[in-house]
Amino acid sequence: MANLELLFSIAPVLNIQLVLSGLFVGAIFALAAYGLALVWGVMNVKNLAQGELVIMGGYIAWWLSIDVPVWIGIPAMDFRLFWIDFLPISVPAVAFLEFMKPAIHPILGLPVAMVVMFGFGWVIFKLIICRVIDKDLFTSLLATFGLALVIQQLLNLAFGPEVQIAESGFAIRSFFGGMVTVADIKFICLVLAGILAVVVVTFMKYSRMGQAIRATAQDPRAARVMGIDTERVYAFTFSLNAAICGAAGALISMVWVIQPFYGMAHSIRAFVIVTAAGLGNLPGVIIAGLGLGVAEFYSGFILGAVLQQFTVVGLLVLVLGVRQIQQSRHRQPVR
Amino acid sequence: MAERGASPLIAVGRWVHGLDPNMRRIVLYGCILAAGISAPFVFEAYTFAIAVLWVMILFALTWDILGGQMGYNSLGNIAFFGIGMYICAIVQIGLYYDVALYTAHDGAVNIHYTPEQYFTGLALGIVAGGLGAMAFAVVFGLIVFGLRGPYFAIGTLGVALAAPELIGAWDYVGGGGGISLPNYPGGPDERSRLFYYLCLIFAFATFGFLKWLYSTRFGLAINAIRDDEEKAEGMGLHTMRYKMIGWSIAAFFLGLSGAVFGNMIGFIEPLEVAFPTVTFGIFMIVMCLMGGKGTLWGPVIGATLFHTIKEVTWAHMLGWQWVALGVLIIVTVVFFQQGIVGWLKNAFPEWYGITVDEAVSAESDADIAARLTRSEAAE
Amino acid sequence: MTEMIEVRGVTKAFGGVIANNEISVDVPEGRITGLIGPNGSGKTTLFNSIVGYHPIDRGSVKFEGREISDMRVQQIARLGLLRTFQQTRIYSKMNGVQNMLISLPHHSETYKSMFQKYPPEVTEKAERLLDFVGLYQKRLLISGELSFGQQKLLEFAMALMNEPRVLLLDEPTAGINPTLINGLIDRLKSASSELGVTLFVIEHNMSVIMTLADNIYCLANGRVLAHGAPDEIQNDQRVINAYLGGHYIADDGDDGEN
Repeated sequence: MANLELLFSIAPVLNIQLVLSGLFVGAIFALAAYGLALVWGVMNVKNLAQGELVIMGGYIAWWLSIDVPVWIGIPAMDFRLFWIDFLPISVPAVAFLEFMKPAIHPILGLPVAMVVMFGFGWVIFKLIICRVIDKDLFTSLLATFGLALVIQQLLNLAFGPEVQIAESGFAIRSFFGGMVTVADIKFICLVLAGILAVVVVTFMKYSRMGQAIRATAQDPRAARVMGIDTERVYAFTFSLNAAICGAAGALISMVWVIQPFYGMAHSIRAFVIVTAAGLGNLPGVIIAGLGLGVAEFYSGFILGAVLQQFTVVGLLVLVLGVRQIQQSRHRQPVR
Repeated sequence: MAERGASPLIAVGRWVHGLDPNMRRIVLYGCILAAGISAPFVFEAYTFAIAVLWVMILFALTWDILGGQMGYNSLGNIAFFGIGMYICAIVQIGLYYDVALYTAHDGAVNIHYTPEQYFTGLALGIVAGGLGAMAFAVVFGLIVFGLRGPYFAIGTLGVALAAPELIGAWDYVGGGGGISLPNYPGGPDERSRLFYYLCLIFAFATFGFLKWLYSTRFGLAINAIRDDEEKAEGMGLHTMRYKMIGWSIAAFFLGLSGAVFGNMIGFIEPLEVAFPTVTFGIFMIVMCLMGGKGTLWGPVIGATLFHTIKEVTWAHMLGWQWVALGVLIIVTVVFFQQGIVGWLKNAFPEWYGITVDEAVSAESDADIAARLTRSEAAE
Repeated sequence: MTEMIEVRGVTKAFGGVIANNEISVDVPEGRITGLIGPNGSGKTTLFNSIVGYHPIDRGSVKFEGREISDMRVQQIARLGLLRTFQQTRIYSKMNGVQNMLISLPHHSETYKSMFQKYPPEVTEKAERLLDFVGLYQKRLLISGELSFGQQKLLEFAMALMNEPRVLLLDEPTAGINPTLINGLIDRLKSASSELGVTLFVIEHNMSVIMTLADNIYCLANGRVLAHGAPDEIQNDQRVINAYLGGHYIADDGDDGEN
């Protein structure tokens, strides 16, 4: 608890550092949580692979940003060797790819990650998600859990278990005589997250597709009767969610770290935020997201890094507990 | 005389077919028990793998109490396994040593127990592990049983993920570094057989207990909660009581198995051994789904199938095994959710007594005849 | 005549919508009391308020003279006050007999009895009651695969198995084949007269409720609009207007639903 004293009597300035750091990542948590709430609300699918989609987006941005292309080192099946051995044409293809793959700045990698993840989301929807929409809720939970396992393992096989950061190369500013340091990239990412949120919300409000999504969320049967192709709406919603996750991941790779197995924590975070805020409550999601980010940094500082992960799960249990007490006042369970 | 080779088999088949159902059941259980008892001698090299099979069957059976029979899909049952394991270790060491001192030296203190000390510690530890896990189940139950559906699944997952984080930060039990358990006072073969038989006994005990449990009111009550909890509440069922007891039973057997498993491995630590949420924690669900959840035999069949496939193929997959596991989960969940036994139930409902009764009424024919004559007389 | 249920001034609002407004209703013992009213008039909400499905905002609900408005659904059910649902609810993956067995009354359940098997006479009783509603032949089928009408009958039989003192039925004849309705009415009447169960019935089918009930309450806009014997209700101009959608409570100073 020595750190508590540090925070409140010796160097209160440190609070600013913690709050700022928390807000920067919290904004990104809110983004992923918004995607989760979207899919949950529209097609009643609880996506446990949400965090893996985030991490995957992060890896796309990171991979594009490094100078020396890290070729995918999958045991017994190195892609390059595989191509050379079995597909002679691909030798020039690989060479071309290596030549053409410039090191793109991660900020420019962000739209790429979004596009790629949108496509990936579409594929996943057609392969898995469309088959679990009508089933009971545990099906979607478990199927996406399996998906999460597949994605994290593939990322691990491809890029290894090391922690990665997409270097942005921007300056780091110091305030209060070096007590508080903030990298420029964090401000930029906060702004980017904000812009993204505004774009998505505007899209949902005013575009044809956005309106179709909201109509389907309210009553899929009625929407179908009114001529909305709900299957397409579902596919688009899930892909949009994947794209949002991709963007969140790209941002995370710049302001924080990514690792193949960090996805589960992001999934839990998204669930914490959505549970605390409730479905379809955008301001709630933003506040809960920022709050979670700050809470995590505080607990990491006070309790030590070992328990930082625990904070996320602990908060999950806490939020669920509070929701139960609220609901029991109406004699209802949390469903 | 080409049939001669097959004729003993046919004879056995005829014999089994001719038995009455009770006898047939006894023969079946006898065969399984005999196979289980003789396995460590017949397949000596696979003693550990078969012991794990019994643990897997126990996992699947206990998960099914809530997941299959009661409709509460928990992702966190593995927590009780780890809790039982740690409680057992603390009891075993704490009976004769200072636990904190022992873990602080991290194996540098080499303790040798006399057989008497060792077995007292083990027996007490296993019992304490089971009961302790049960007590935790009651505490967790208070936290999560107000939750339904996805929230329950996520909440229990949260509990299971929180447990290793907490233990990892708790130096008294060795933190993330883990604890080595006391050395077995005897030869390695004897040791592996002892733990093998403990696993066997606990798996059989679980099966027998659940078979009885599902035949009582309790079985019907938890089925009712699965089908429509709100209706069950509306009919006055003590739903919370049933849920708590169901979970405690699952926790008790998981605690026992955790205590034995920890000793069988000989070394415990929070992430990989005690609370392996993404391995054992998920295996138990997949095994249940594969075999058919909500049935007595489904988990057993699923666990056997899954464990056999896993043991045979795991080592040959060169790092792809986890991907294969994920794909297996997805395929099972999406395409084959009713499981083997569930599929059989759908395909051959009459095997399970799901038929229209030819009798028109609960009254006997004589009653009907009597009433008819009475009404005729009245006319 | 004693009152089994006394509802006094019960008010329940959902957000801004007042679903029950100062409702007072009496359900006399051993009788069949009807509850009618146009859609959205608060009938099912009143049922939910009585059986403790949600907390009420104001008022009191007494069951056999005992205040139950702060009790939970389960406790109230164990006292012997039971309801059936408008959307039939049965245990859909269990067979008919199992559905019946688990519906035994739970008020005297102990930790020991939770782990006992059902004695044969209980199974016999279950089969007799299934026979009473005409489901004996199908008692071993998975009940979720029965037709809607059969499920409704099963739900009714389950409620009787629970030996309630009062049974609240939410539209017992909705969705039932018209040719079977007369049989159902007979069974409801004999449940009341022979088994001594007090019934409180929501019903939309006027001819059914008029032959069934001893006295009827009519709700409109969350208030009790009229109360009386079936023929009084039948000829009450306010009730007729309520069903035809007229501005029926003009004299109450309320503007009705539109």
